[in-house]
Amino acid sequence: MIAATSAPTAEEFHAPGPGNFDLPGFFHIADQAITKPMFQLVLAAILVFAFFYLALRRGALVPGKLQFAGESAYGMVRNSIGRDIIGSHDFAKFVPYLVTVFFFLLVNNLFASVPIIQFPTFSRASMAYALAGLSWVVYNAVGIKKHGLVGYLKLQCVPSGVSPVMYPLLVPLEFFSNLLVRPVTLALRLFCNMFAGHLLIMLFATGGLYLIKDYGGGIGIVSGLAAWVLAIAIGFLEILVQFLQAYVFTLLNAMYIQGALADEH
Amino acid sequence: MQSFLISAAEEGDHGPLAFVPVEFVLSLVIFGILFFLIWKFVTPKFEATFAERTEAIEGGIAAAESKQAEADAKLAELEKQLADARHEAARIREEAREQGAAIVAEMREQAQAESARILDHGKAQIEAERQQAVTSLRAEVGTLATGLAGRIVGESLEDDERQARVVERFLADLEASEAAAKDA
Repeated sequence: MIAATSAPTAEEFHAPGPGNFDLPGFFHIADQAITKPMFQLVLAAILVFAFFYLALRRGALVPGKLQFAGESAYGMVRNSIGRDIIGSHDFAKFVPYLVTVFFFLLVNNLFASVPIIQFPTFSRASMAYALAGLSWVVYNAVGIKKHGLVGYLKLQCVPSGVSPVMYPLLVPLEFFSNLLVRPVTLALRLFCNMFAGHLLIMLFATGGLYLIKDYGGGIGIVSGLAAWVLAIAIGFLEILVQFLQAYVFTLLNAMYIQGALADEH
Repeated sequence: MQSFLISAAEEGDHGPLAFVPVEFVLSLVIFGILFFLIWKFVTPKFEATFAERTEAIEGGIAAAESKQAEADAKLAELEKQLADARHEAARIREEAREQGAAIVAEMREQAQAESARILDHGKAQIEAERQQAVTSLRAEVGTLATGLAGRIVGESLEDDERQARVVERFLADLEASEAAAKDA
């Protein structure tokens, strides 16, 4: 892709593409390639748990630095996502889920900016599908448990305060947006952000290398360096995006749960 | 580049959105394990710590409040006692002043009575002594005078009756002359 293919030199620029996300396996187990993102999932889980476990090992009333950091991180999800969205009555039992979602996503996303690892786990779409699908199961299960299947479908699909004349138009629309589209948008939002961000950095980094090394000349070196500067700038922007995507994913989870628990739509 | 070529060869050409069952399941499993660990070990500990801290802070506040109330009560009591003591002192002072004034008045009265009594007594004594002096003088003067007169006139005045008469007359004359002198 990209205009770089029309470079005048003999050696053509191979722009990074979707194929770069299909990493080769480190090794195979029963013909199954064990790839880097799979390790990252495990590593992220270990890091998240280790952080919280170490932070809270003592559980002191007057926290130390590590415990304070752990409490601040936990408290952010617990209070500003869990309690503020779901409401102080019901939020407590969803805190472990929300905390797990947020920090698991955050660490996996940040892997894209960690040297050596440098790969966003959730640029593997199937992994994003998994968490989005789980969210869908969770909020629907919560709603069905509270309202019963019929009551829940009515809650999600029949908007209150609307004339029944509008039902034929609105009910399918609500059903579509509240029950079908949500997991898709959750998964795609996460996947696309991670995928695109990583692709962009790869493009600027390899493009810069190509310009300096193969294109040559003053123009090549200057523009190649500019591309690298941009790659670094985008790298910082990506850190923000990585955090935001974890936050948004968790926030939406909380909102879906809140919507499923609500008495009135 | 290399990875691109290798993976393209390996995975075929399905796009980035393709569903890979192994990755899907693995994500769920890892997430599930992490969720279990956090649900089992992290959340309860955090919540316990938060609750404990809340309790400690609220307990501390309650204790401080009760201490404050106690101190306030003590202070009020002390102030009341102090006011009572002041009141009492003022009362005692007032009483003492009144008593002092009463004592002074009484003493003055007593002294006046005493002085009056002494004065009266003195007067009476003087009067009595004067009377006594007058009486003894009168007897003495009579004897002397008659003795003297007898010697001068040679007339025997041994007769008591006459003698007394003469003396009386003399004294009466004397008093009359005294009265005349006073009148003049």
